[in-house]
Amino acid sequence: MKTWWQRLYGWVNDRVHLEDLVEFLGKKYVPVHSHSVWYYFGGVSLFLFIIQVVTGILLLLYYKGSDTLAFESIQFIMAKVEFGWLIRSIHSWSANLFVLAAVIHMFSVYFTKAYRKPREMTWLTGMLMLGLALAFGFSGYLLPWNELAFFATKVGTDIAGSVPLIGESLMVFLRGGEDVGGATLSRMFGFHVAILPGVFAVLLGIHLLLVQRQGMSEPLGMENSSEAEQKTMPFFPNFLLRDLLLWLLVLNVLAVLAVLFPWELGHKADPFSPAPAGIKPEWYFLFMFQTLKYIPAQVLFVDGEVLGILMFGIAGVLWTLVPFWDRKSSRGEQNRLVNYVGIAVILFVIVLTIVGWLA
Amino acid sequence: MSMDEHVPTPPQATKRNFLKYVLGGGLVAWVVSVLYPIFAYLKPPEEGEVEVSSIKAGKVGEFVKDSGTIIRFGNKPLILVRLSSGELRAFSATCTHLDCTVQYRKDMGVIWCACHNGRYDLTGRNIAGPPPRPLEEYKVIIQDEEISISKKV
Repeated sequence: MKTWWQRLYGWVNDRVHLEDLVEFLGKKYVPVHSHSVWYYFGGVSLFLFIIQVVTGILLLLYYKGSDTLAFESIQFIMAKVEFGWLIRSIHSWSANLFVLAAVIHMFSVYFTKAYRKPREMTWLTGMLMLGLALAFGFSGYLLPWNELAFFATKVGTDIAGSVPLIGESLMVFLRGGEDVGGATLSRMFGFHVAILPGVFAVLLGIHLLLVQRQGMSEPLGMENSSEAEQKTMPFFPNFLLRDLLLWLLVLNVLAVLAVLFPWELGHKADPFSPAPAGIKPEWYFLFMFQTLKYIPAQVLFVDGEVLGILMFGIAGVLWTLVPFWDRKSSRGEQNRLVNYVGIAVILFVIVLTIVGWLA
Repeated sequence: MSMDEHVPTPPQATKRNFLKYVLGGGLVAWVVSVLYPIFAYLKPPEEGEVEVSSIKAGKVGEFVKDSGTIIRFGNKPLILVRLSSGELRAFSATCTHLDCTVQYRKDMGVIWCACHNGRYDLTGRNIAGPPPRPLEEYKVIIQDEEISISKKV
């Protein structure tokens, strides 16, 4: 006698041939080695993104995206809606942990050179998604329409305005006008809940498809070892179960953070009050923010901001293109330069983030 | 080889080329006609700003000596500073660095921007921190204790 789920499986299988998929999953193996732990950060990022989608949709049911109603609607969510405080707090915390997990994932891929041929496209889609994650953070930051967010958005969009040639139009495009106001909030809301998720979903689909298709990358030098020496673990169910266990842990950490350190709402934004003391962007923008402070107002007839933004822009592009300038790794050779560049970047980011945090 | 050069292009090829250009050109025109309205839509329309030339800020007595107040000038913020001497001065309150709104710091005796620790003296001159330019000064006229502020010509 077949159970109901065996019959359901049979019914679907008759129509779409699930055997192929099951066979594929059964043959998928994850390499086991001393750097295997980094494989989990991609999965953690994915899980946190799913949390963002779920809590984001829930918030959307009560949030009102206008300058006169946004702050009050979040007050309403936090004070009146059952578990509203929890959902909002998880959304804010998860956003930060998502960026953190994605950054760790990115650096681990960088240092293990997993971006090398044939995984250039996986790296590129990943870097684009990291950029989108920052855009998610920037646009989401304004939505509560509080003082800090208001001035952070003014500063952020003003910096975008110093991009050579297109700066002015870019700033007007981002702000929905000359100044940060209700139009900016509507725009950021639109980016945050429609445009960015749409583009992100497409990239994520490609990224995951590539990972499934190509399998996990092994650290350099391991491909040469004999098959007997290469330890592996079946993806299904061994690796997947470990993934799920970690996801459970992450969810618990999120719940603890959200309950013990609820996200503050602050004061409602008022365009006719001075910027409050201690204004800072989100921590993942701090290192850039802090660097801009050290660049003099004028360097050889060029505005300090322009110089800073150009430097970060060029550095970002070079970083993203690493699979194309690091030819050695693709040939299976060690490339120490990549490691030194990576370590220098990490030190720079960490030191300036701490300095910015303490300032 | 030299023979090939003299072979005239067959009429089918010219027809094909012609069609290629017509269809290709049509496709480009179609893409442009779809994209143009989208990009035009993204550009926010110019808002018919009411041009404000002067405002009434209130009575002199309402402003304490040695203090600064943010007031509206159209849709821009101004800072009205009343010095210890009782003199009133008005400046644009928008920091020339990155667009934050400045405030009067009694303890430092300067106009201060919280975002990046920019400082201006009480004539609006940028004296410390990142601001690249002084704050724009506005004209303050007092008539029968009534303050009116207007743009300097």
